[in-house]
Amino acid sequence: MTPKKTPLYEAHVAAGGKIVEFAGFLMPVTFEGIVAEHNRVRTTVGLFDVSHMGEIELSGTKAVEFADYVVTNSVAKLVAGQVCYTVACNEDGKVLDDLLVYRLSDERVLLVVNAVNTEKIHDHLIDTAPSGCTVDDRTDRIGQIAVQGPRSLELLLASGFGQSHAEKLKGLAYYNFFTFERDGEEVILSRTGYTGEQGYEIYLPAGQALGLWNELLGAGKGMKAAPIGLGARDTLRFEASYCLYGHEIDEETSPLEAGLSWLVKFKKGDFIGRKALASEKERGPARTLVGLEIEGRMIARQGFTVLYNGESVGTVTSGTFAPALGKSLAMALIQSAAAGKGEFTIDIRGKMIPAMRVGIPFYKSRSKD
Amino acid sequence: MVPEECQFTKEHEWVFVEEGNVAVIGISDYAASELGDIVYIELPEVGSHVKQMDPIGTIEAVKTVADIFSPVSGEIVAVNTDAVSAPEIVNKDPYEDGWFVKIKMNDPGELDVLFDHSEYTEFLGEQEAADADEDDMEEEEE
Repeated sequence: MTPKKTPLYEAHVAAGGKIVEFAGFLMPVTFEGIVAEHNRVRTTVGLFDVSHMGEIELSGTKAVEFADYVVTNSVAKLVAGQVCYTVACNEDGKVLDDLLVYRLSDERVLLVVNAVNTEKIHDHLIDTAPSGCTVDDRTDRIGQIAVQGPRSLELLLASGFGQSHAEKLKGLAYYNFFTFERDGEEVILSRTGYTGEQGYEIYLPAGQALGLWNELLGAGKGMKAAPIGLGARDTLRFEASYCLYGHEIDEETSPLEAGLSWLVKFKKGDFIGRKALASEKERGPARTLVGLEIEGRMIARQGFTVLYNGESVGTVTSGTFAPALGKSLAMALIQSAAAGKGEFTIDIRGKMIPAMRVGIPFYKSRSKD
Repeated sequence: MVPEECQFTKEHEWVFVEEGNVAVIGISDYAASELGDIVYIELPEVGSHVKQMDPIGTIEAVKTVADIFSPVSGEIVAVNTDAVSAPEIVNKDPYEDGWFVKIKMNDPGELDVLFDHSEYTEFLGEQEAADADEDDMEEEEE
């Protein structure tokens, strides 16, 4: 398949972005260098094109009830204007995807899914949706821009776009959103993000995305705002210890193993995977997601073996040199029996490198929530 | 080192020959920018002997890892400890401060198989063209 372009593709090329194919989209992986972009978001503010993310809308009288059945977190408990982070599992209680659920109204719910899973989740929803719930993949019609960093609110308020909604913006709490009409079409603005910093995500019609992108870049000039590529998006989420589908979570991993048990609400009604997750909870998850600090500067990458006393106990899910912390860190899924241990080794291309168990998240911002 | 006076491998190492058949080794600016932010470099010890195109070290960048291949055979006579302690200098200045090792060559004749600067530039051009062709073919196939 020919890779797709987001509405901002030409702008990325013009800005000198290094383009790679990711999940069927041509996306900028870096502009000025991953570390520089990472530090920009940690210290001031950066703009991300996340238009590749999938947006699937459920609508109808059964929309909320159905969303609640598909995901593990409670959608019924949300009021309009609230968003939750959650996973959707299969019947085995393994993760199909992690996603955001926006409760737009009592009859409209927006699911924001990973680009790599849009088609899979769309098919899954079509297969399981009851009558009284319409499933609409709006990905191609929606552009998404993330504004992330300690000066993200200041940037938005410096733009005409944000100025028109200044009071709502200033009062917007973490994991809340508001909607408004812009040129007759719906725009969603939420206080959410994937960087571990204070930040906002804006969903708007694809045709409006480039105009807003340029407006925000202009408004952020004094704050040294700049576009940020997927490379830094990954190192930022890693430092904040957020799961990434295909790394910490996948169809072989349960949310309980990946440290996401807080997303699984057994007290709500039935949901897909409930039975398997309930019995897993009772016997205890086989594996546990842990943080490791690697001695020296070598990087423990996905798939590398984690050992305790010379025995393999698990596998690295993500690892990199954390730019803001100046350490080589890794997340790993290891046998729960070994999770309480402190000193491990990681097989880095045949070398046994010591790694100390450390807490996650690795990085906590003071500005985020 | 001036890139125009260096010779290059297909793996993007450069060699600059100093007096006394000592070869200074580094990676090209193309390689440094393709790798992105370099966070760790592992280099051989002074006194070790290497053969032409042996892997002699490792470069870890945030996104990827690459081997360093020795463009010539000989004995390692110097290692750039500054680059080991501050690997970002390889990104900043791959031809000067970012050199890796110096090798006392066994056989300067080995240099004949390497690219000179204009051949290397041409090689990079061909590679990019090949990558583009590959993309086109993939699109046609699908």
